[in-house]
Amino acid sequence: MIKHLWMTALAALFAVATAQAQETIKIGVNEPLTGAVAASGTYVTNGARIGAEVVNARGGVLGKKIELVIEDNKSNPKEAVDAAEKLILRDKVPVMIGAWSSTFTLAVMPKLVEYGVPLIVETSSSGKITVSGNPWVFRISPTSEMEAVAFLEKLDTFNPPIKKVDFLSVNNDFGRGAAAEFAKALASKGIKIGVTETMTPEATDLSAQLASIKKSDGDALFVTTGVEQVTLVIKQAAEQRLTQRIITTGGAFPDQMIANAGPAGMASYHILFFSPWSADKAKYPDVAKVYVDEWNKKKWEFAGLTEGFRGYDAVMTAVEAIKIAGKAEPDAIRQALWKTKLHGVNGDIAFIKQGPEGKESGQSVPNVYIVMLKEGKVTQP
Amino acid sequence: MDQILQHALNGVVLGGTYALLGIGLTLIFGIMRVVNFTHGELYAFGAYLAYLFVALLHLDFFLSIALAALAGFALGALIELVLLRPLRSNDIDTVMLVMIGAWIALQNGEQFVWGGVAKLVPSPFAQEPLVIGPVSVAPLRLFVLGATLVLLVGFYWLIDRTRLGMAMRATFQDRDTAALMGIDVRGIYTLTFALGSALAAIAGALLGPIFLVNPTMGNLVGLKAFAIVILGGLGNITGATIGGFVLALVEEFGAGYLSSEYRDAFGFLVIIAVLALRPQGFFARKARVG
Repeated sequence: MIKHLWMTALAALFAVATAQAQETIKIGVNEPLTGAVAASGTYVTNGARIGAEVVNARGGVLGKKIELVIEDNKSNPKEAVDAAEKLILRDKVPVMIGAWSSTFTLAVMPKLVEYGVPLIVETSSSGKITVSGNPWVFRISPTSEMEAVAFLEKLDTFNPPIKKVDFLSVNNDFGRGAAAEFAKALASKGIKIGVTETMTPEATDLSAQLASIKKSDGDALFVTTGVEQVTLVIKQAAEQRLTQRIITTGGAFPDQMIANAGPAGMASYHILFFSPWSADKAKYPDVAKVYVDEWNKKKWEFAGLTEGFRGYDAVMTAVEAIKIAGKAEPDAIRQALWKTKLHGVNGDIAFIKQGPEGKESGQSVPNVYIVMLKEGKVTQP
Repeated sequence: MDQILQHALNGVVLGGTYALLGIGLTLIFGIMRVVNFTHGELYAFGAYLAYLFVALLHLDFFLSIALAALAGFALGALIELVLLRPLRSNDIDTVMLVMIGAWIALQNGEQFVWGGVAKLVPSPFAQEPLVIGPVSVAPLRLFVLGATLVLLVGFYWLIDRTRLGMAMRATFQDRDTAALMGIDVRGIYTLTFALGSALAAIAGALLGPIFLVNPTMGNLVGLKAFAIVILGGLGNITGATIGGFVLALVEEFGAGYLSSEYRDAFGFLVIIAVLALRPQGFFARKARVG
């Protein structure tokens, strides 16, 4: 009798569990929550969490709540592939968001074709991602080329004007790609290119690179890497009295330098895709306000908003595509993404075709902002 | 020329902390024949404690470093008493596997407690660099160099001039004879592991404020400590000290003049060369292990 009761209870539990599973639509999130670029990955994931909460508070999509299945790719391309396979095979997610670094995203991409699941790329900037003929990739972040071209329009905000630039980049697809694209764009404006130095993603002591850059007579240094190394570069550049103005690309912002400011008079410039210090100047301030308010309600690091919006916009994009598709199935979502148009925190999100005909990838054209960080204060120059 | 001086200064500052790490590891190996995979984690542990004391509890910076060293000493003693003492009669491979387990557990413990996002430890030193002729250095780095040199000298004094140091050297040379002479060998083991761990923790507490603190920071550092020990000869303290400075200078000049892309590779290329040409290290006699 008791055994019988147990069986009934188990069966009931199982039924409840499956019923619950059916009530939600899953979105896979593949981000670095630990390792070398954990700060950014955590911000993006938090943004995605807010996105899911906002959507669910508005009643979800297709009458169901959405559920994020979050996997840590440990700042490692191999782990990013494992995370993607787990999300696809075990959690059966119909759409994924990820994987922050271009290196991680490129590693995951063959799996999208193999299993037929779309990926909304929220951060990666390497040009290769959307031109390699992978029809399952839809990117809402700008390529390094787009970022460089957008930067050219802001050149006259720098006084004295930029005449010669040096580069310090993380030694991967993201860093090398950005250095190449910015060099190309700046050279087209007659700006000279000085030295190009690289660093491994885990490197903490950058004194040798900075000493080499110091002897170049450039007047601006473009730095491309994650938040952690950006912070180290700025601190160590001050120690070595670098004269170049530091400009970071890719949307990384050294938030810990607001509370622990660098030396007096030192300023750094940051190319961002959302500036929470001037959220009212975003293209759709009402959209940005919902995101910023929810984030602040949780008392999360204010500066994390600069990257968190990527996760928020990615979730909103996925949800809009699911709504258009009318069902939570991978191929239907992929087709719907081509018709998806929405107002994001960054601005308009809509996909143009890139790559070889017949298997194009989707690429949105985001907005770019520049902020200046000086003595712990952030302004828009 | 200016650049050579700047690279040399950078290398010496880094070398001091490498030497501290190398000495701790080589001491443990020399006396206990234990390959200590937790060394890098003790380094991260020290750095996190500096963060806890300075940034969260707002204690004095210098007191915090001393407390981190004490806590490292205590954690080292605990690891020795709980994990190593019961395994004393086991072979070197078994102990090695247990230490790898402890390494993974410690690293995941740090991640669990502190999260994956890197932390910045504030320091009381001015941010403006000190300018000495053609070179510049942050006051914090000068303090770290000074502190390392004091620790190195203090450590040599301990090993060379005290009765405790004599007992440690005796245990290193011949454990059984040392025991027969009335030395508490078990106590020496615990103390050695605790001291080596304290050195790693203090290196972490000193370097934490210069760099950033994160759960995986110990991995590369642990690997480098092994490289330094191999360079100097297993169990050789002078060798580890010189090895630390050599590795830092090779990295710094290699990155500065050849290619920054392969900064970490230069150090390990030197190790390969040493292993190929003089496998016992620069300063050690040949010995059989395991």
